[in-house]
Amino acid sequence: MKVKKKILLELYFDMLRMRSVETRIAQEYSKQEMRCPVHLSVGQEAIACGISKNLQKKDKVFSAHRSHYHYLAKGGNLNSMIAELFGKESGCAGGKGGSMHLIDLKAGLFAAVPIVGSTIPIGVGLAWANKINNKKDLVVIYFGEGSTEEGVFYESINFAGIHDLNILFVCENNLYSVYSGLGNRQAKKRNLVSISKSMGISATKLNGNNIETVFIESNKIINNIKTTNKPHLLELSTYRHLEHCGPFNDDKLNYREQKEINYWLKKCPLKNFEKLLLNKKIINDQTINKYIKKIDNELNQAFNKARSDKFPNKNKLFTNVYA
Amino acid sequence: MHKRKLNFSEAINEGIDQAMGKDKSVIVMGLGVDDPKRIFGTTRNLIEKYGKNRVFDLPTSENAFTGFAIGASLGNIKPILVHQRVEFALLTMDQIINQAAKWFYMNDGLMNVPIVIRLIVGRGWGQGPQHSQNLSSLFAHIPGLKVVSPSSPNDAKGLMIASILDKNPIIFFENRWLHTTYGDVPKDFFRETIGKSKIISRGTDITLVADSYMTIEIINAKKILKDFNINPEIIDLRTLRPIDEKTIIKSVNKTGKLLAVDSGWVKFGISAEILSIVNENINKNIISKRIGIKDTPIPSTRSLANHSYPNAVTIASEVLKLFDIKPKNMFNKYSKFVPGDIPNENFRGPF
Ligand SMILES: Cc1ncc(C[n+]2csc(CCOP(=O)(O)OP(=O)(O)O)c2C)c(N)n1
Ligand SMILES: [Mg+2]
Repeated sequence: MKVKKKILLELYFDMLRMRSVETRIAQEYSKQEMRCPVHLSVGQEAIACGISKNLQKKDKVFSAHRSHYHYLAKGGNLNSMIAELFGKESGCAGGKGGSMHLIDLKAGLFAAVPIVGSTIPIGVGLAWANKINNKKDLVVIYFGEGSTEEGVFYESINFAGIHDLNILFVCENNLYSVYSGLGNRQAKKRNLVSISKSMGISATKLNGNNIETVFIESNKIINNIKTTNKPHLLELSTYRHLEHCGPFNDDKLNYREQKEINYWLKKCPLKNFEKLLLNKKIINDQTINKYIKKIDNELNQAFNKARSDKFPNKNKLFTNVYA
Repeated sequence: MHKRKLNFSEAINEGIDQAMGKDKSVIVMGLGVDDPKRIFGTTRNLIEKYGKNRVFDLPTSENAFTGFAIGASLGNIKPILVHQRVEFALLTMDQIINQAAKWFYMNDGLMNVPIVIRLIVGRGWGQGPQHSQNLSSLFAHIPGLKVVSPSSPNDAKGLMIASILDKNPIIFFENRWLHTTYGDVPKDFFRETIGKSKIISRGTDITLVADSYMTIEIINAKKILKDFNINPEIIDLRTLRPIDEKTIIKSVNKTGKLLAVDSGWVKFGISAEILSIVNENINKNIISKRIGIKDTPIPSTRSLANHSYPNAVTIASEVLKLFDIKPKNMFNKYSKFVPGDIPNENFRGPF
């Protein structure tokens, strides 16, 4: 499949936009206005951007603690997200959730929560409801490879397999859970794709840093889920560039080998795609500058607005405890 | 005993370290116990000293590894399990409540389960609904568990050692805001008694009871109340189960008034238990009240979360009400006693 130039440009723009959002958050974080934990996704742009391009608005997405890209790529409102990080009333969760609880129902970002693995069965439940209600909408459930160590992950794919649910399980394997490499967490020969297959779920592993691969393959997979009504698991290898939680790079702590870091920085999804498009003369420096300007404007607006928006009034503490 | 200043996390670290030095069967397990941050410093140097077989990181499999800990304890190992937030232990409630808490009883005393489960309670910096709950009353409800909840570095060490030496499953609560607080701690291997509270300061007019971080708030409330010539007796519970009924009863009998300050939600909570103890055991009329976290989940934004928690000023105000005093401008006058969303000025976030 050859990807149209228009799509290539959009994918590039999306990735650049994602990266710029996180970079801006990181730059502004030390001003101490965004007072909530942030799990930035720098380095993992290709996954959310590539998959979301194949999703329709009515498809639903679930995420975990590292959710900014899943939210934005699905069309989540940027202003509401930044305002949520600032703890403002105009935030997507009224300030009650912070970065770890993004939500945008209009865009189909159904829920993001920071308890590892928790949204996996909830996403399965929504897909189950879709089946009961004869809806063909897809449910995409994003999670880190850490989640696949929780029992609930296996229980969930088991159930999805029994009931033939329209689910794309997306495992973003960035090799780390906080500071822990895979060594103490998963046996060397463990293979998520084989595990899934032996549980009756078709599965694929892809290079999660190549946007074209992610886009093309997830397109096929998603079409297949929608026609066969069978779930699929996609494992994508990737790497986070910044610290687990917070705005900085903490590689001085030496929990990741320099060789490994260099290897993955060379595989930066954004830089490589940019190089490719430049080489193919699909973009030039002007295009890049134009995009950057556009994104910067959008970000300036979002941050200015979040800054000047109101904090929720004290009585909001007591609202929406019960429906 | 020789004492010096340690902070709460250093005190826990020293308690665990000394216990591991004395008893080879003590092991430490949990997500991140060997990582660069060492569970807020509490597991510092342990892997270097005792090696990978006794200090280890785990997969994100909380429910299963709680079972591993129980099973290991049946094989003469004494596991200390660590969760960086109490919420992660919610995935393990079957193992804790159905299994660990009942094992000894179910087999009528044939096999006990000596494990320590450290649960850290988050607070502040917008951690929000799923990373800042207290939940100690949930565990304190269960027969077969002991629930320890110290407020000072001395007790953190003494009760950690007592917990490790105990023959039962112990739930050990640590508030994140205590880790950086300092106090005198003996160098020696010593233990504090599980089930005994501590009268922090004597008083005659009202009894203030709290545990964990809230003890600091009632100590500060006493400073405020001095301006109103009210002299409260301050009790730090230190253990929630078994709760030290005697000390509470004796104190309230003397003062005739009680304010129980809950580290969690008030309804069905620790403060409810304290009021019941007083109600059931004291025959004369007692004026009593409880306050705790507002009866909602704890939101992320500081503009709301700051209102969730009791603090020295709201506590003092509540006491003054019991004395029919209605002062004005309490918050302005005593603003230095009102914490924001960070434990100290040096904190730059995130947790
Ligand atoms: C049940 C549970 N256990 C532990 C944690 C602490 N925690 C927060 S994020 C995280 C890392 C999970 O790693 P992974 O799923 O690979 O996601 P990544 O951070 O790499 O994106 C952990 C262990 C948690 N939030 N929930
Ligand atoms: Mg990971």
